Amino acid sequence: MSDVALPPRKRRRPFSRNKAFRRLLPWVVVAAIFLLWEVGVAAFKIESFVLPAPSAIFAAAWEWHWAILDNAWQTFIETAIGFVFAIAFGLIAGVAIGSSSLVYDGLYPALIGFNTIPKVAVVPILVIWFGIGTVPAIITAFLLSFFPILVNVATGIATVEPELKDVLRALGASRWQVITKVGLPRAMPYFFASLKVAITVAFVGSIIAETVAANKGIGNFMLVASSRFEVPLAFAGLLITSAMGIGMYAIASVVERRMTGWAMRGASGGMFSPGG
Amino acid sequence: MKGFVDLDRVSLRYGEDGDGTLALQDTSMRVDSGEFVAVVGPSGCGKSTLMKVVTGLWPPTAGGVIVDGKEVDRPLSITGMAFQNPTLLPWRTTLANIMLPLEIVKPHRSQLKRERVAYEAKAHDLLALVGLKGFEDKFPWELSGGMQQRASICRALIHDPSLLMLDEPFGALDMFTREELWLALQDLWLARRPTVILVTHDLREAVFLADRILVMSARPGRIIADRTVALARPRKLAMTYEPYAVGLVQELRDHISAARETPREIQ
Repeated sequence: MSDVALPPRKRRRPFSRNKAFRRLLPWVVVAAIFLLWEVGVAAFKIESFVLPAPSAIFAAAWEWHWAILDNAWQTFIETAIGFVFAIAFGLIAGVAIGSSSLVYDGLYPALIGFNTIPKVAVVPILVIWFGIGTVPAIITAFLLSFFPILVNVATGIATVEPELKDVLRALGASRWQVITKVGLPRAMPYFFASLKVAITVAFVGSIIAETVAANKGIGNFMLVASSRFEVPLAFAGLLITSAMGIGMYAIASVVERRMTGWAMRGASGGMFSPGG
Repeated sequence: MKGFVDLDRVSLRYGEDGDGTLALQDTSMRVDSGEFVAVVGPSGCGKSTLMKVVTGLWPPTAGGVIVDGKEVDRPLSITGMAFQNPTLLPWRTTLANIMLPLEIVKPHRSQLKRERVAYEAKAHDLLALVGLKGFEDKFPWELSGGMQQRASICRALIHDPSLLMLDEPFGALDMFTREELWLALQDLWLARRPTVILVTHDLREAVFLADRILVMSARPGRIIADRTVALARPRKLAMTYEPYAVGLVQELRDHISAARETPREIQ
């Protein structure tokens, strides 16, 4: 009996592991949320000016789509410019703080103090300096988003293994060489992870500024809509903001995977370890 | 005659106020050019500190360090180092990892672009010598621990350093891998004859590899014994089980146990 070949047993992969299903899943979840929302609003007879149904929101969004896109573009540009400045400043300051304990000790407490200030309180001051409109929004987006980038880059550089530093220094490497050969590449996974946080808070920054002092942009648009009790339209503003945030997050993720695949090797598989 | 490395009554106290740990006290040693010296001692005796003093990474609190006829007052640029942790860069392939010193060390740095082919050929040869042929384009995390350590030793040797400092390079490996690497290291040393200082706590390793073995006392460290290993090269692993080697290991053991039992007074 022992020689009888057993029929090859097919191992069924569970459906939850299916790749196409996984890719579809977030859309299914979003659709389910909207469906529940729609049903809930209808079932409990919630008034549209309290919580509009998704169908009402989409209808309002369609009706006003040019105005929404125009304002969204304004918000997007402000956010993007602020974000680019945040990347530049965050990288430079992060390298300085991460590689020098002198700069770290001197600057870090001040930075923490600054970061604790609620940025919404800064907007009126920015308006005094720059007037109402684009500039305060860009600056607020920058102020909110540079900090996570800076902290992450500094952490990546400051946590270079001391032995690795010794290897390079014993070769006669300068501090700058240690930073460019080891510190910066090592900080890249931290940097890209921080971009995903920073881009979302950059949107928060520009929209806050628009809500307080602007005559264009999604923040201003929502303020106007709600003051006219067009609640579905205000919600449409929320939706487009969140769509922009998801889009930028996705771009940051793709760049991250491209640039620092070595740090995420677990996900792609393909590991092997021959005896050595 | 002067040695290649000369330590003259070197002391090192960690901390700036003079109340930190005294890691080395009046340590004197001499290593000749092309010599393979092993430093053994009880754990925490300042062996790694000794490495840092010799390479100029830590300035000594007292005493003088002379390497290659010059007083050491800054990190040397002629050293290759390897540690227990392979410290390869995960974003570089094995080949690129090994080429790293060439991007930093002076005469090579400026020639690297023009003569990349020649340098790469050199790196390939070195990898072949330690049995890593065919793994040039793999990333460190695709290699086993032993293979990473081989690569780390290649990186320490690529720029033909005149001084090779090895700080327990095989400490984290299993015995079979370790013995394989002893053979690989012996081949490398015989082929290039750098001056080597190997810090280890494996006495068989010291006997197999070194021309001379220095025993350090418990902290604060000091050289308490100096033994020449009279075994012909190239050595074979079986030699470490012959009476001469076993006797030597026994003797070193006794020195170290004695050093552990009677720690000297800290002044």
